Amino acid sequence: MSDIHAVTVPKWGLSMDKGTVAVWHRQPGDRVHKGEDLLDVESDKIANVVECPADGILRRHVAAIGDVLPVGALLGVIADADVPDAKIDALVAEFQANFKPIEAAAGGGPQPELIQVAGKRVRYLALGEGADALLLIHGFGGDLNNWLFNQEPLAQGRTVYAIDLPGHGESDKRLETGGLDEYAACVKGFMDAVGLRAAHLVGHSMGAAVALRIAVDAPARVRSLTLVCPAGLGAEINIDYLRGFAAANSRNQLKPLLVQLFADQGLVNRQLIDDVLKYKRLEGVTEALNRTIAAQFEDGRQRTLLRDVVGVVPAQVIWGAEDRIIPPQQAEGLPAAVPVHRLAGAGHMTHMEAATEVNRLIASFIADIA
Amino acid sequence: MARQISYQQAINEALRQEMERDPTVLVMGEDNAGGEGSPGERDAWGGVLGVTKGLYPQFPDRVLDTPISESGFIGAAIGAAAAGMRPVAELMFVDFMGVCFDQIFNQAAKFKYMFGGKAQTPVVIRTMVGAGLRAAGQHSQMLVNVFTHIPGLKVVCPATPYDAKGLLIQSIRDNDPVIFCEHKMLYGMQGDVPEESYAIPFGEANVVRDGKDVTIVTFGRMVHLCGEAAAELAKAGIQCEVIDLRTTSPLDEDTVLESVGKTGRVVVVDESNPRCSIAADISSLVAQKAFGDLKAPIEMVTAPHTPVPFADSLEDLYIPSPAKIQAAVQRIASYR
Repeated sequence: MSDIHAVTVPKWGLSMDKGTVAVWHRQPGDRVHKGEDLLDVESDKIANVVECPADGILRRHVAAIGDVLPVGALLGVIADADVPDAKIDALVAEFQANFKPIEAAAGGGPQPELIQVAGKRVRYLALGEGADALLLIHGFGGDLNNWLFNQEPLAQGRTVYAIDLPGHGESDKRLETGGLDEYAACVKGFMDAVGLRAAHLVGHSMGAAVALRIAVDAPARVRSLTLVCPAGLGAEINIDYLRGFAAANSRNQLKPLLVQLFADQGLVNRQLIDDVLKYKRLEGVTEALNRTIAAQFEDGRQRTLLRDVVGVVPAQVIWGAEDRIIPPQQAEGLPAAVPVHRLAGAGHMTHMEAATEVNRLIASFIADIA
Repeated sequence: MARQISYQQAINEALRQEMERDPTVLVMGEDNAGGEGSPGERDAWGGVLGVTKGLYPQFPDRVLDTPISESGFIGAAIGAAAAGMRPVAELMFVDFMGVCFDQIFNQAAKFKYMFGGKAQTPVVIRTMVGAGLRAAGQHSQMLVNVFTHIPGLKVVCPATPYDAKGLLIQSIRDNDPVIFCEHKMLYGMQGDVPEESYAIPFGEANVVRDGKDVTIVTFGRMVHLCGEAAAELAKAGIQCEVIDLRTTSPLDEDTVLESVGKTGRVVVVDESNPRCSIAADISSLVAQKAFGDLKAPIEMVTAPHTPVPFADSLEDLYIPSPAKIQAAVQRIASYR
């Protein structure tokens, strides 16, 4: 059946157990190509595109708009034009007869864990097994769930850790200074605690500056750097966003800020805003964010630039062309050996908006180094 | 995945965390410390439904048992608040509140105003509200509106475990008297609740579902019945926006008016009796401030103007149901 491809409900993040079909971008009979937008699916948390898994003709919409289906359920069928309808019908019948939804992750699948690092709680999620280790470091105001479109795909044959930085997610909210060195010390302490001598670091925004700081302080622990919309390469930053985010305490204050993170503002749905608001209400968060701003910025500009280490440690830069938080021009003038990927149609949350491409770039970069 | 606990556990956790944080917070009520000294583990009953269970062993001198005299111990709690403590008094059923109206209406609610702002009364009165537990006319009323009417009181009615914890923490930290209304049918409801402490500000409604066709304004247990109705209506092509007021005093007028500005059609769902209810209050708000936006008459879905009946079949008919909510939405969705 190599010429017939099933399109199924994807799993975005640990908590997703079902998805709702929001819209089909292609109709039965359309010629489709691998990687094209095929349909939009919404989980409780987020809406995203399901890409076409192969070239061919979209032969069936098995799921209709509005259908709520478990992860792994059949959405549609792609096959070459010469595959008879009967064979497609047989595949659909067989799939539906054998399909069993995966048990909800409760108690079953991998869960985030807590570990003590220098007397403070750090939450992390480890997925996959393999000699190569990746460590994903989120940005200002984010948490490990920011990698929900990346961590599982990258964990095929590798161990991928995602952590909540101090002051973020479900990690301890106490920060001493909020400076990059404090964040970097925590990440290094985390690597010690889980027995990770060295890792490929993938950092987003402030998380990229944290990765750069580790590369400067402890280059032996960094096998490579993937810097996604990074801080630390230039002075300019959208300080109004950062200050506004730290100060916002209602949905109406947060929404105009969060839409600046995405090229496609439709991705900022109520659930996303609610999740951020719930984080912001936690005791100690506002203070942690304000400390971070005070430590890392002066007169609205980034204090610490760490360009010199880029390329000394193997590094690549991935930047959404429509980033409205940190200007993509800051990737200019890096050593020629450092690949810079400018992704069209993606904003500051490039690893969410262009997840498939970002995952591909990370996987191939790491493979080249190995 | 986030941790799930019940509405009842969320309330217990809020009390515990605030007692740990602030030594002036104390818990008092009937059987809150009662049962201590019984054989077995050293614990109290934790109130009639065990909501405060487990607090007594940790804070033996700040969990106080009271006699069956609401007028006495609510007055004591208000006095303790005026004297600098932050008491959380448990008054079993809101239906019993009548015997301490003077303490609540004439004393707690008036101190700040009548003493020129020099006194504050940071008391929380926790109480069970609502029908559905087969507890008849004196243990089932939804009297949120009665307290909302009184200036100087804040009135909270959480619909979920997450809101129960965050709103109770806010209630304890607030410097005004708060009537904290726990719906007895929600105690067992499970939901995601962070282990860390957090406070939800008062006067901020929660839009639990987005929609463009009809606005449903509600609070408390009715939030869930409205959600069920909205899910059914979505299948029929009617998109409802469901607003959970969370606090009826202060009231988040902006969220209501903004939504009505978008939909032009509103159903207010309130399990109280209809006269002088939150449903009537919201209806008047919309009629006064959003008349130009309205495309259809305002609908109210409430209990009838009768006591809560004891017969199961009648109690089921008494409480607004998803079917009644759907019917009200459909009446105005098709109104031209």
